[in-house]
Parts: sequence; C-alpha cells; structure tokens
Amino acid sequence: MSKSKNDKLQGTLTLLVLRTLEARGPLHGYGMCAHVHLISNDLLEVEEGSLYPALHRMEQDGWISSKWEITEKGRKAKVYAITARGRKQLADEEARWARLTRGVSRVLQYS
Amino acid sequence: MAWYRRLQNVFRAEQVDDELNSEFEFHLAETADRFVAEGMSQEEARRKARLRLGNYLVQKERTRDMDVAGWLDATRADLAYAVRQAKANPGFAAIAVLSLALGIGANTAIFQLLDAIRLRGLPVKDPSQLATVQGVKDFYIAGWYASRNEAFSYAQMNSLARHQHAFSDMLTFWPTRFNLSTGGQSRYAEALVVSSNFFDVLGVTPVVGSGIPDKDDKVACSSGTAVLSYAFWQREFGGQMSVIGKTISLDGHRFPIGGVMPRSFFGVEPGHGFDVALPLCVDNVFSKDGKGRAFNETAFWLTPIGRLKPGWTIERASVDVRNQSPAIFRETLPSDYRAEGVKSYLANKFKAASASAGVSSIRRGYENPLWILLAITGSVLLIACANLANLLLARASAREREMAVRQAVGASRPRLLMQLLSESLLLAVAGAALGFSLAQLLSRALVAFLNTADNRVEVPLGVDWHIFGFLAAWAAITCILFGLAPALRASGGEPVAAMRGSRTATASRQRNGLRRMLVVSQVALSLVLLIAALLFSRSLQKLLATNLGFDSRNVLLATVTTKGAGMENPDRRRQLFRDLDSHVASLGNVISAAPILFPPFSGSGWNDSVHADNDAARAGGKEAWFNRVGPKYFATMGTPLLAGRDVDDHDDMKAPKVALVNRAFAKRFFGGKNPVGRSFRVEAGEGKPDSLYQVVGLVGDTKYNEFSEEQRCIAFLPLTQDDPGDDRNFVLRARGSLGAVQSAFQREVNTLNPNLLVDFRVMDVQIQDSVLRERLMSNLSLVFGILAACLSTLGLYGVISYMVARRRTEIGIRVALGATRSNVYTLVARDAAMMVASGLFVGFTVALLLSRYAESLLFELKARDPLTLLLAGSLLTITAGIATMLPARRAARLEPTTALREE
Repeated sequence: MSKSKNDKLQGTLTLLVLRTLEARGPLHGYGMCAHVHLISNDLLEVEEGSLYPALHRMEQDGWISSKWEITEKGRKAKVYAITARGRKQLADEEARWARLTRGVSRVLQYS
Repeated sequence: MAWYRRLQNVFRAEQVDDELNSEFEFHLAETADRFVAEGMSQEEARRKARLRLGNYLVQKERTRDMDVAGWLDATRADLAYAVRQAKANPGFAAIAVLSLALGIGANTAIFQLLDAIRLRGLPVKDPSQLATVQGVKDFYIAGWYASRNEAFSYAQMNSLARHQHAFSDMLTFWPTRFNLSTGGQSRYAEALVVSSNFFDVLGVTPVVGSGIPDKDDKVACSSGTAVLSYAFWQREFGGQMSVIGKTISLDGHRFPIGGVMPRSFFGVEPGHGFDVALPLCVDNVFSKDGKGRAFNETAFWLTPIGRLKPGWTIERASVDVRNQSPAIFRETLPSDYRAEGVKSYLANKFKAASASAGVSSIRRGYENPLWILLAITGSVLLIACANLANLLLARASAREREMAVRQAVGASRPRLLMQLLSESLLLAVAGAALGFSLAQLLSRALVAFLNTADNRVEVPLGVDWHIFGFLAAWAAITCILFGLAPALRASGGEPVAAMRGSRTATASRQRNGLRRMLVVSQVALSLVLLIAALLFSRSLQKLLATNLGFDSRNVLLATVTTKGAGMENPDRRRQLFRDLDSHVASLGNVISAAPILFPPFSGSGWNDSVHADNDAARAGGKEAWFNRVGPKYFATMGTPLLAGRDVDDHDDMKAPKVALVNRAFAKRFFGGKNPVGRSFRVEAGEGKPDSLYQVVGLVGDTKYNEFSEEQRCIAFLPLTQDDPGDDRNFVLRARGSLGAVQSAFQREVNTLNPNLLVDFRVMDVQIQDSVLRERLMSNLSLVFGILAACLSTLGLYGVISYMVARRRTEIGIRVALGATRSNVYTLVARDAAMMVASGLFVGFTVALLLSRYAESLLFELKARDPLTLLLAGSLLTITAGIATMLPARRAARLEPTTALREE
C-alpha cells in the first residue's frame, strides 16, 4: 500500500500539525514529521515541502506560536507550540474530519 | 503573528531570510543525521535530505510568502528597483526631479502670494458683502494726500455715508505708523486709525477686553481706546490678560489699551498687518493745529469700506454711489478752490468695488506683475512636464527590449506596469516633495524682497495645500501618463519582435509625432519666456541707466523727529534745527551734509501752479514741483550749481523769498534763458495772496521720486523761509563706512536732546527700493526664462539623439551608398531646424498676442521691441544649434559597418 500523501486532502496537514503539537507539546518541524511518521505506523508521511509554508501560515493565523531554542545536539531550532486559538481550531478540524470520514465511509459502504 | 507583522516583515527582509535559512538548515541537518544513522555517508545523507525537502529556493519562497504581505513586498521591490534605476541614471533623475521641483515650487510660491493679496477673503464675517468706494477714472481732487490707498476727506466720507443707499453701514480707516519708543532710535508700530464702528461693521469681536467704544464716535477727543492685534499683544505684552487698562505710548502720547483682536484678524489690507488701532477722533492729538484733519476739506486720508445691504450687488451699489456723487461733491466743495478747481471737483464720480479680499496697495502695484509671473512659472512647469514626458518616452523606447525580456521570462503585464508606475511615481513624488520645500523658501524670499524700510509687508503665508496638491497631481499625472503609455504599448507587443531588435530601416514618423510636438511647444513657450525676460531686464537696465542728476553713493539719510520730545514751540524747533545744521557738518567722516524737506525718492512731494514773472493771470498756471533745502545741499548731492548762488543763512523769514530752479523749470517758464534775477508766482487758494519768489540760482536737473518720471520742473526754496516742521531730514555724504557716521550722528543728536528720535536710511537702498517691482520682474523672469530655455534645449537634444539612435541603420545604409558626412549632417540638422522653426513661429505669434499685457510694466521699451525679439530668437536658435550639433556630429561620424553589423 502506498503511503497516502496527506496534503492531497485539504486541511489534513493542519489537523495533523495541531494534533501533534497538542499531544506532544512544543516541537520543531522535523520532530512533527518524525512524530506523524511514527504514530501512523509509517502509513502517513508529511510532505516536507508543504510543512513549512503551512507552519508559517498557521503562525500568521495565530494558531501556533514559535520561538528559537537550542537542541541537545547544540543546533538552533524553531520550536512551535499550539495556542489557545489553535486548540479551538483543532476542535473544529477534528469535528470536520470526523464528519468527512463518516460521510466517505457511508458512501463506500452503501453505494 | 498578526497582519501588521506581515507588513513589518516586508521591511526586515534580511532577517526573515536568515530565519528561514536557519529553520531549513535545522531540518536538513536532522534528516541527514537520520540517514547517517541508517548507514549513509555524510555527503549522501545530506544530498538525500535536500532532495526530500524539494527545490530549496521554491520552498523558501513559498514559506516566505506566508510571512510577508505580498502586495506590499512587490511595491517595495518596485520602489527599490526604481531607486536603483534613478541611481544608475542620476542625470535623468536629477533633471526630472529638479525641473518638476522648480516648476511646482515657483508656482506654489507665487500663487500663495497672489492668493494672500488678491483671492483670499478677509478673515471677517461674510467678507463677500464688503465693498469699498473709489473714484472713477480721471478722478482728480487737489489737496494733501496721506494714504497708500485711495483716500477721501472726512467731510466726503460723512456725506457719502449719508447719501448712499447700498450699505447697511460704512467704516473708514487710515493706515499709518506710530513711534513706540520715547527716545533714541525710533521703533514703529503699524497702526490703523479707524471709525468707531470699524470692528462692528467687519463683525470681528475682541478676544480680550472690548473694541472701540461708541463714546469715541466723535470728531475730536483728547484720548481714545487703543485696540491691539493678537500678534502685537503677544510680542509686546507677552500675551498677558492684565494688558487691559495699561497704556501704550504712540508718538509720545499715551493711550489706554481696551482690547485685543483675534489672532486671524490682520486688518483690512492684505500685505500690511496692523499692531494697534485707534479711533479717528484722536487725529487732533497728533495734529499741529490741534484740530485734526476732520476739519480740513482738502486733506484726503480716509478709505471707506461698507457692508452691502442684503440683496445689493457691487454693480447696483456702484450705480447708487455714482448717482449720489454730484450731491456729495457739491456738499463737500472745498471753500478755497478757484474756478477751475471747482469745475473739476464737481465733475468727479464715485464707484463701488469689491473689498471681499480687503483693500491693498500691494495688490495695486503687484497684482499684474504677479499674474504675469504666475503665467511665466506656469509655463516653466508646462515645459518641465513636457521635458519629463519626453525623457520618459525616450527611456521607455530604450527599454523596450528590457520589457520584452522581462515579459518573456514570465513577468505578468500588470506587474510590469506596476514597476513602471512606481518609477514614474517616485520621480513625481520626489519632485513634489522638493518643490514643496522650495515653495516655502521662495515665498518667504519673495515677501522679504518686497519688504522695505518704508513699507513693511506682512503676508500670512500658510501652506496652500490646494494649489500645491493641484500642481503635484499635475506632475504625477504627467509622469504616469507618459511613463505608462509607452509601457502599455511596449508590453502589449510580442516580446519576440522587440527582442529580435528588428528596427525598421527608417524609424516611423508617427511614433515620434508626440515627441516632436512636445519639443515644438517647449521651444515656443521658452521663446515667449525669453522674450519676457529680456523685455523686463532691458527695461530695468534702461531705468537704472537713467541719470538721476545726483550721486546717491555713500549717502546716509537721517530723519530727526521732535514729536514727543516736548518741542511744541516752533522757536525751540527752529533753534534745534539750526544747532543740528552746524553740528552735523562737522561730524567725523562726513564730507558734507545738508538738510532737506523731501529727500529724493522718498515718495513725498509738493506741487503747485506757477506763473513766470508776475503776469496778471489768475488761473492757467503750469505745474511745477517744490522742495526745500538748506545750504550746501547741492554740493552734498553732487548736483551742479550752474548759475547764481546757493541758499544761505541770510535767506530767513524776514528776507525776500528766494528760490533755485532746475534746468527744466528754466526752460518751461523762462524759455531756457538764464533765470537768475527773474521771478515766479505760485497760485494760492481762493482769497489768499499768491507768493512771489526771486530766482537766485540755476541747478542741474534731478529726479524727484522715480526713475521713470518725466523730468519735472523743480523749484528749491530755503528751509529757513518756512515754519519749522516736526521733523527734519539730513543727507550726509560719508567718507568710508556709513555705520560710523550713523552712530556719530545718533550721539550728536542725543547730546542735544535725549528725547529726540532718529531714523536712518541709506540713500542707495531707498533709490533701489523704488524699482522693486521692476527688479522682481526682471530677476524672476530672467531666471525662469533661462531655465525654460535650458529645459527645452535639453528636450531638443534628447529627441535628436534619440532619433539619431533610431536611425542608425538608415544612416549606415545611406553612408554605405555614398552619402557624404555633410549629407548626414544636413539630414539630422534639417529635422532639428524644422522643429525649432515651428517652435519659433508659434512662440513669436504667442509673444505678439500677449505683448500688450506686459506693455504697462515696461520703461521706454515697446513690448514688440524688435531688438528684443531678435535677441531672444537668436539666443534660442544658437542653443538649439548646439543641442543639435552634438548628436548630428555623432551621426556624421557613424561608421556604416558598425551600424549595419548590429542588425
């Protein structure tokens, strides 16, 4: 089974990022990729090229905030954290996702 | 991050860039680490990490787009590009910006002045209802005039107010100045002596205290309420409320201060502010006879302003005062007029004129010159805009290829237009900004130029945003139109065609039609301006070359005033003046000194009707001018004594009346024969005996008050054969510095009496001030004329060079086919000659049509003066010739192989 390119489905990337940040706390872009990869059991892979524009857009929208930190390896990393507005957005996106999957699975089941 | 952070990020581009790099760098490093852990080499891991991220630059750009406001970023980039373009082409940018700035600045400055003295309504209630009353053309009344405005007697004003039906109320005023100081150097306050209803009619209420009370509505009073202007209150009294009830000393008399007028109220004469206003009834306080001019039928000093009744227009009011004129003049006929005077007095008529912008002597003298100057600077702005249009057009065609390349690599058309637009706008904005500062400087300089010792000019020069906005918009539209039009055309074409560089062998005429027309109109306009400039400066030259009849260099003029110095007794003054006469001549560094009644070019004067010898006629005397001098006046001024003797100390009140006359006087009254020993009679008023004078000397002709006056017949009488006045003027010819003489004189006067006031003037300055208007016209029109000529020469040069560049191929072929250098030269020159010739033709036509507007401002020069026309035409032709020669020579030197190989 080929890995689904998640950004094909609009809004999925936002959902994944927000959910990851909510679950794992502050994290940098690379960490998010790794987390999604790990949790989805290799089923999902975040397209790296889309991740950063999305992160920056979400930051502009005020859903996530960022700050610069030094990692254990001594590298400078931009770490993102979910904001209060981001949590609200996450709830909306989760509900939307649930509706979408319910709808899609019904179509698959009954048509 | 909110929207403003995105805006902000536009201007911290480097930082945003750095942060993006760091972020991606971290991502790549971590990814590479993972691959290394999986067993890849460092280099391979790194390469693979980059591949996974995708096109680095595109990723960065996409991410960056999230952080910055796109439209603003593009604009910033456009502006940065425009600035770079300007830097790459500093000559182009400098010419464009400077010519725009000069055009906008000069126009705004002159318009501001015009607006202040002509257009802006007075800062009073409903200024449009205000009207003044004047005499219609040929208004003539003999008597004493004492106002810079058209003035009438107290009796005439009273009679007018009673007879007219047009005005609900009328005020009158007299502008003057009073001395504030009580000893030493005098210090003047500009004053208005006004009818007690002055402020009520205008509808201006005081901000502190009260106006002029009704109790001052009398013919004469011993003291009256002084009302201050806001500026004077601030300046002299620090804006303190306690000023009410204090007193102010004016010409040595103290007046209680009653109130302060609002800041916006500068008076009723644009160009002349006021410091203090006094009621008319105090005139007697300052008068010698103790009665004042209210009782003098031939003292003309008051100017009226009325408020029109509702429904009345200026025209209707004019008809009304005209109809009432006979009654008014009959009622106010001065009793001592002789038959002729009575006839001409009764023939006078009044008319009404709008006073919504106040009454102004500056307006009378300068309105027409300012309109002409505005037309001149307006033309300069037009030329500057045409020049700019030409430059932009030339540049746009030069950049056709660049545009095509940009379009080919994917720049969108709107994006290209935006870029050109920002370039044009940058020029316009820079030009407007510079023009704005220039306007402030220029208008201040203009007012300072008009300001003289005798005539304090105060013009409230606020920034006129309307006119400035209009001009700036005009400039911007020019820039946008001409910057964009070719861009639209260029970007509309197929990029390939332009890139191929396929020039047709002969450049199409139609494409250059617009540019040719611009050059022709530039040449035409600048010819008109050059003609104007030459006319005005030649006229000034002629004026200044006039022989004055005396040597004004290094002469100091001193005026000693006894007002307020406790010298009401004429004998005391006579003694004082005698003392002064003897002391002044012996001052150090003074070569020679003498007293005089009316110093030359002072603006004052006295004329009368004179009969040669003692003929019996009662009327029909000819006009002569008079002055009174002390001994050695002619020697001091360098005027030759041609025959007879100078006045001397023996010519006192008891001695027979004597006079020296000038050549013109001798010619007119004595047929040019030696007048010494002859006599003349001066007509006196009805019922009074005429005075008879013995001519004892003949002097050279001198100018009385103006350069341009016809030579006047002047008789000089001894000062000692007249009652001593309140003040006395001295001319002092100095050796070395005038400053030293001035302080020596001041000391001398103060030792005689510390309460005496002294005023100094430099004779040369006073004489130069009399041709202020001519100098203003000459200087400004010359500057702008030269500027216009330069700009249009530049325009011509630009167009010719451009056309030579476009026709390289054609010229190459011609030369290859055997055309000689001179053939090529002629080819180019003919083109230029055509444009210049049509420009000159249009220019001359316009100049001839406009000439009558300049006529009245010229001295001994016709506005169609052929020499001036010729001079202006050849000046322009020569500069145009030089401007053509350079590109034409380039064309003639063109190697055909080089030109053809380019294709």
